[in-house]
Amino acid sequence: MARTILPFGPQHPVLPEPLHLKLTIEDEIVVEALPTLGYVHRGLEKLCEVRDFNQMVQIVERVCGICSCLHALCYCEGIEQIMGVEVPRRAKYLRTIWGELHRVHSHLLWLGLFADAFGFESLFMQFWRVRERIMDIMEATCGNRVVVSVNVVGGVRRDLSPEQCQWIEQQLIISEKEIRQLQTTILNDYTVKKRCCGKGVLTKEQAYQLGAVGPMLRGSGWAQDARQTGYAAFGELGFEPIVEYDGDSYARCAVRFRETLQSFDIVRLAIARMPAGETAANVEGANEDDTPRIISGNRGGIMQSYNRDKHHSITAAPPPDLDIPAGSLAAKVKGKPDGEAVTRVEQPRGELMYYLKGVGSKNMDRVRIRTPTFANIPPLLAILPGCELADVPVIVLSIDPCISCTER
Amino acid sequence: MLETIPLSLDEVVAVAKEHFDGGWRLVTMTAVDVGEAGFEIFYHYDKDLVMKHYRLSIPKETVVPSISPVYFAALLVENESRDQFGICFSDIVLDFGGHLYLEAEVRAMPFCKVSVAQKQS
Repeated sequence: MARTILPFGPQHPVLPEPLHLKLTIEDEIVVEALPTLGYVHRGLEKLCEVRDFNQMVQIVERVCGICSCLHALCYCEGIEQIMGVEVPRRAKYLRTIWGELHRVHSHLLWLGLFADAFGFESLFMQFWRVRERIMDIMEATCGNRVVVSVNVVGGVRRDLSPEQCQWIEQQLIISEKEIRQLQTTILNDYTVKKRCCGKGVLTKEQAYQLGAVGPMLRGSGWAQDARQTGYAAFGELGFEPIVEYDGDSYARCAVRFRETLQSFDIVRLAIARMPAGETAANVEGANEDDTPRIISGNRGGIMQSYNRDKHHSITAAPPPDLDIPAGSLAAKVKGKPDGEAVTRVEQPRGELMYYLKGVGSKNMDRVRIRTPTFANIPPLLAILPGCELADVPVIVLSIDPCISCTER
Repeated sequence: MLETIPLSLDEVVAVAKEHFDGGWRLVTMTAVDVGEAGFEIFYHYDKDLVMKHYRLSIPKETVVPSISPVYFAALLVENESRDQFGICFSDIVLDFGGHLYLEAEVRAMPFCKVSVAQKQS
């Protein structure tokens, strides 16, 4: 049979970022898929050679906006490992709370885009409406909606007051109720099942052998999640991964939907168990000038600019003002990292790995970032052959591709 | 500190095969420029959330056997290392020839501390 080569991307309605796939098709069936990357490669890893290791926190946050908090967390944990810094317990809980809120807003973003991919525009808007409430929590507690910049080497630069914790819990109750109302459509609708069930099947063996991570791995029956390693406060909170077994686009969607609700529970648990205490450790080490470095000052006035009229539900109370003592916002960093570390955290898209190497100078010698989409592209190339051309957009989107992450 | 297992060039594929057969997942590989000493390539494997790290030290311009015939997932990271550091891999299953990210006119290795020109193939 004659073969035709079709370009998929780099610009395509289902792709938020540019990825090109060269699809070889016979009739309507894909027989081969080859990727082309490089449209958004920025060389961010290389910046470690010219930026201070503290400044790199802000750089790695920009590898990916949607999971910026988790990039910073993974990087900071690596530096802390090299410098032997013990992070205060309260800071670990705060990192967990903001990290899980990031997972919620990332999954809601994806669920909306996924709904839009098979023509459910109203469902897309409903998921993004709920997501706005999570973004409001970010803005109210961090001062930013997406790139929250709360992690620093040694801890976090912000704290949560009891009033804020109470307000967050109220927001989560409303958000969870709204998400559960959408469950019937996203998981049980006839059209959704028709477009997703049995499409892009990754078997359990393939998932592991091809190095799949995140919902792609767990949707194929593997109970593996980097949160089981106990980073941040997960060692104290305990964690069981969400697993589905069919390995198709529907299973990956179901994992993300259920993980959204699970993250609400984790945030609530973290708030309930969060101990009192410091939010940042003083990082000591051999320093030439022996001068403490103040990473951040008090930005308590941030709430003055917060638009209280933005809230979407009349039952939602406005956020309480940020009232944090200046001392708790500042981390003093002395010393320079010397050594190597590998750290892993679970991004919304899957396992994120950092390799860090310091040679006793203010700049890191090497920062290597293995992002989840980078790991999920080989499995994607394996599941596309055999699929119908019309299913390719939904299958590609089902891996939740982040190309900025992939290329860095 | 990071605990690594030294690896020689002859063992690269055999170790990969051994781990594949033993149910280990390839997490990724990491290339590090160590100046005049050449490159260090780390092979990171994972099984049940336990990681093993192998360290391969090679002079520059050494051709490294690809593990992509064993672990298909290695093809992207091996091509990336070629783009960024100019490390050549033999028998890679899908070879982008140094143009995974880079355009054809780019002649330097952007991640090398002292950039080396790419050979015309």
